[in-house]
Amino acid sequence: MISPEQYPVLIVVIPLLSAFIINVIGWFRKGFSYPLIVLSLIITFYLSVSTLLQVVDGGAISYRLGGWPPPFGIEYVIDHLNALVLVVISFVSLAAAVFSKESVKKELPDRIPQYYTLFILLVTGLLGMTITGDAFNLYVLIEIAALTSYALIAFGRDRALVSSFNYVIMGTVGASFYLLGVGHLYIMTGSLNMGDLLSILPAISGSRAIFVAFLLIIVGIWTKMAFFPLHGWLPNAYTYAPTATGVLVAPLMTKVSVYIMIRLMFSVFSADYVFNTLNVHDIIVWMAVAAIIGGSLLALTQTDFRRMLTYLIVAEVGYMVGGVWLANSAGITGAILHILNDALMTLCLFLVAGIIYHKTRGHHLDDIRGLYRKMPFTMAAFTVGALSMIGVPPTVGFFSKWYLILGAIDAGQWGFMAALIISSLINAVLFFKVIEVGYFEPMHGHHDDGHHEVTIDEAPFSMLAPLYVIAVSLIVVGIYTSSIITNIIAHAVPKGL
Amino acid sequence: MDVIIASYNYWIYILLMMIGLYAMLSKNNLVKKIIGMSIFQAAIIVFYVSIGAKRGATIPIIEHGHGHGAAEHAVNVMNYVNPLPHVLMLTAIVVSVSTLGVALAIILGIHRRYGTVEEDEIMEKIQ
Repeated sequence: MISPEQYPVLIVVIPLLSAFIINVIGWFRKGFSYPLIVLSLIITFYLSVSTLLQVVDGGAISYRLGGWPPPFGIEYVIDHLNALVLVVISFVSLAAAVFSKESVKKELPDRIPQYYTLFILLVTGLLGMTITGDAFNLYVLIEIAALTSYALIAFGRDRALVSSFNYVIMGTVGASFYLLGVGHLYIMTGSLNMGDLLSILPAISGSRAIFVAFLLIIVGIWTKMAFFPLHGWLPNAYTYAPTATGVLVAPLMTKVSVYIMIRLMFSVFSADYVFNTLNVHDIIVWMAVAAIIGGSLLALTQTDFRRMLTYLIVAEVGYMVGGVWLANSAGITGAILHILNDALMTLCLFLVAGIIYHKTRGHHLDDIRGLYRKMPFTMAAFTVGALSMIGVPPTVGFFSKWYLILGAIDAGQWGFMAALIISSLINAVLFFKVIEVGYFEPMHGHHDDGHHEVTIDEAPFSMLAPLYVIAVSLIVVGIYTSSIITNIIAHAVPKGL
Repeated sequence: MDVIIASYNYWIYILLMMIGLYAMLSKNNLVKKIIGMSIFQAAIIVFYVSIGAKRGATIPIIEHGHGHGAAEHAVNVMNYVNPLPHVLMLTAIVVSVSTLGVALAIILGIHRRYGTVEEDEIMEKIQ
């Protein structure tokens, strides 16, 4: 058997190799793509969970690719923070892959192997972004994830092609800014290894080139994560993408970008530099306030369920960026916890939107009419997801919001606290509107008599099973929040804040 | 003036980048936007290549027995070109070519669906 020391590299290699296998076997047998992708994601999930357990037991792991010692070779570093994110990515992508069976068959019947090849390459890119300890390797993996997601979105209907094109432009600008920032760091330090950069940078932290590098990198990452003024590409791209793409991309892309921001802030520039030397956190927290309020208000004006969710993603990005830049341990704990929680909540709601689209061929609010009677199981799970988004205990949404508010009080950022509360209220209005439409308004009947019997017409099992796993995990993770924080997240928060 | 001449490579890359950014933001034709994107990426490649370049320097390979002092020449840091930025750019070129490929494929799809690659005409057809 393979020794656990090799698990870090296998987390990336197994999905990468299965992309080739799915593509080749797909030429001969289309039907094999789905079992293969599920199998490889199960293995990846197992590997990342056992890596997380190793980290919790024995501290951070450093894996040298090809045996080259850092800073010469590429190093994989797994500490508490990215071990957690790896588990989130592999869990969410496994659920999305299981879910995708019927929707891909229905929406893209003639391109199943190609679709799944891109799907698993995107997962590879995200896992690689999370695990790597090398700044340039990170750029390459960002681009792998981005290129595959452009293609996955372009498979969609209506305006998908145009929105995918806008995403290509914005995504390329973002990644190029990041690359330019890394170039500045390389000029100043001569190194690309994150740990090495962290040890060299404090000595030259007064330099203007380092400041420019920081600005370029952070703006590049913000473009990738759709932070408020730079969010323009996201809503259309995520609304018109194929169902299976939305389910994979919406929960993961922005959250992994937030992780990248945290990683670069604390593992390359150091908490001391970003919070004390730069002194820009007030401005950024106010930008986060704008993101939260702006995203929530824009969500309020939408009449399409899935489009409404995409604006909520913009607001949630504001939560996480603001939480990190509160510059205290409660805020950063809340932000890291929200990466986990928001991935689960967004996945739950996008799964519901996917099921509704699968059954009614639309996800306009009108399509939700009367669905509580027609699809009670789906809508029950939707209710759990909605309550979590609003922040009702014991669902996960409550706990991360709690920590974020604690952090805001600690830092004296009353604007951020107000934004969190206002956005919770707006979420409550939004979701109760959806629940009202689904529960009280009659079906969009083709007969005008309005008396016809409503029969239960649920989604297939392969769609309901992942939805229920996620809905239950929203509550289970909520109950175990305190042990997740003490065992994992507490170690990821930089010391001395 | 000294500032411009001493670091002219940076001014060139910034100029190229701005040309690319201008094309991406203001051109109406999608293909022109893509050309702007390529110029933008090429600017960064120029930047990386220029920071590794050195006048009169050699390759960082030790040649045994070809003329006296050849080995010392390549061992002294002053005398050879730093190969790392150039090698990084091989990867970046691959990335930018793939981005270009994906973008062109998307434009092909747009052209098939809407019959045009002008942004305003596409927007009219969407409405």
